[in-house]
Amino acid sequence: MISKEEVQHIAKLARLGLTEEEIKKFQKELSPILNYIEKLKEVDISGIEPTSYSVRVENIMREDKARFEDKPADEEKLLKLMPEKKDRHLKVKSIL
Amino acid sequence: MELTELKIKEAHEGLAKKEFSALELCKSYLEKAKKEDQKLSAFITITEDLALSQAKKIDEMILKEKEVPILAGIPCAIKDNILVEEVKCTAGSKILENYIAPYNATVVEKLQERGVVILGKTNLDEFAMGSSTENSAFGPTKNPNDLSRVPGGSSGGSAAAVAADLCLFALGSDTGGSIRQPASFCGVVGLKPTYGAVSRYGLIAFASSLDQIGPITKTVEDCNFIFDAIKGKDRMDSTSIEFTELKNWKAEIKNLKIGVPKEYFIKGMDKEVEKIIKEAIKKYEEMGVKVEEISLPQTEYALACYYIIAPSEASANLARYDGIKYGYSTSQSADKNKDLLDVYLESREGGFGAEVRRRIMIGTYALSSGYYEAYYLRAQKIRTLIRDDFEKAFQKVDAILTPVSPTPAFKLGEKVSDPLTMYLSDIFTVSVNLAGLPALSLPCGKVNNLPVGLQIIGKPFEEEKIFEIAKILENKH
Repeated sequence: MISKEEVQHIAKLARLGLTEEEIKKFQKELSPILNYIEKLKEVDISGIEPTSYSVRVENIMREDKARFEDKPADEEKLLKLMPEKKDRHLKVKSIL
Repeated sequence: MELTELKIKEAHEGLAKKEFSALELCKSYLEKAKKEDQKLSAFITITEDLALSQAKKIDEMILKEKEVPILAGIPCAIKDNILVEEVKCTAGSKILENYIAPYNATVVEKLQERGVVILGKTNLDEFAMGSSTENSAFGPTKNPNDLSRVPGGSSGGSAAAVAADLCLFALGSDTGGSIRQPASFCGVVGLKPTYGAVSRYGLIAFASSLDQIGPITKTVEDCNFIFDAIKGKDRMDSTSIEFTELKNWKAEIKNLKIGVPKEYFIKGMDKEVEKIIKEAIKKYEEMGVKVEEISLPQTEYALACYYIIAPSEASANLARYDGIKYGYSTSQSADKNKDLLDVYLESREGGFGAEVRRRIMIGTYALSSGYYEAYYLRAQKIRTLIRDDFEKAFQKVDAILTPVSPTPAFKLGEKVSDPLTMYLSDIFTVSVNLAGLPALSLPCGKVNNLPVGLQIIGKPFEEEKIFEIAKILENKH
């Protein structure tokens, strides 16, 4: 079974707050899933290239400027969605 | 015949001949949706005002124009992870409970240009993560064929709405089977297009290399209409692709070759489902289609491969829900001693449901230092092998037939407490996403009153061929 410390470490990386109870729950739930995934170790992958996209994707470049200068309303919509703001600025809690 | 039982062409002809107005059509759907949805919970939001105003505009257009476009006035529903401007878009999550979409998804833009009427936004598993629509923060959707059973997922709301005649068609999204499996469970047609065939701009991202938007409809012809309307390259989605279609490809039955992979008829599969699928395949054979057994050797690894790649991409995509820019947030909590990290941790703790958290944990684990090569990179290499399997098979056959799911719709609550068992219901659908192929779920029979879907998998960008092959069997029913 995956350890309590491991669950806490992963949760911290994922920025996910967990209660003590949830840590126990994840210890129990993640283990069989990770065991199932272990199955992949049976496959011989020597010399095989990884696939990140099933189709060939290319970099697409564009000029470095706003595309929607003609739609100023968008800005207001985004501002409206912000949980906390001051004037037209996004407000956050202290970092340190 | 009730207006809500029409297919797209019939509704279109009725509108064009002025047998009924778009407003009348829209109102009969709204009335039915409001009434029936009390027991089904297929919708999260019903956009009555938007629908009525769109329908009125179409009626004005019909009075003026000679030609009425095929989708003008056709009422539809949109899965609630696809943005419709100025309408709430929750992705089935508490974290986006009050999120108002600031713009339209490209598919919505395209449908609106063609005059469709949007009746509402449909229920889904939170962030499309699930196979039963039970993971929605707004409660589960019920299967219209049997209210004690799930509609499948994650596009369960869309599939149930189409099956219960609450809309004429719907859009869903499919990352590992989320269009095809609910279509199969509800008895409707569902298409997962080739990766890149349809723009993902405005689709709330789950696993970006697997996600595709597609239609859920009553017939194959309807599916074809909607796919034609939403496909094509979009400058807002760099992974969308311009492709040449097989123009007017007609199925010459005697020249058709269909492959049936032996790895898809496995232990633990429902006997009745297996029988129905085999009968459907036999019908093709009896009509003169050449059917041969093929092998996709990596099939048994596809699900494990998927459950590394999809959660890994999800854990990265869902990092944006941080309680800062939009969505559920504890930022305004009065406690002055809290800092930014507390806001992240608490907002994500309070906003995400159990399954989403589970997948973020799996994905973060698989991508974390020391595990990346053993899990993520290994899965990507196996993904290459899975794609190669299909490429090899398609050198010999035009299409591949398999079941969509090993069982018909299961009972509500039956699998929620065991995540791994729930994941197993995607065993026949995930390979298609990993390989980026198009696949359609076609109703082909019932176990008691529960529908069973046949999966028709095609080569990349050969959706036309899939439609033609599907129509051969659909016409037989």
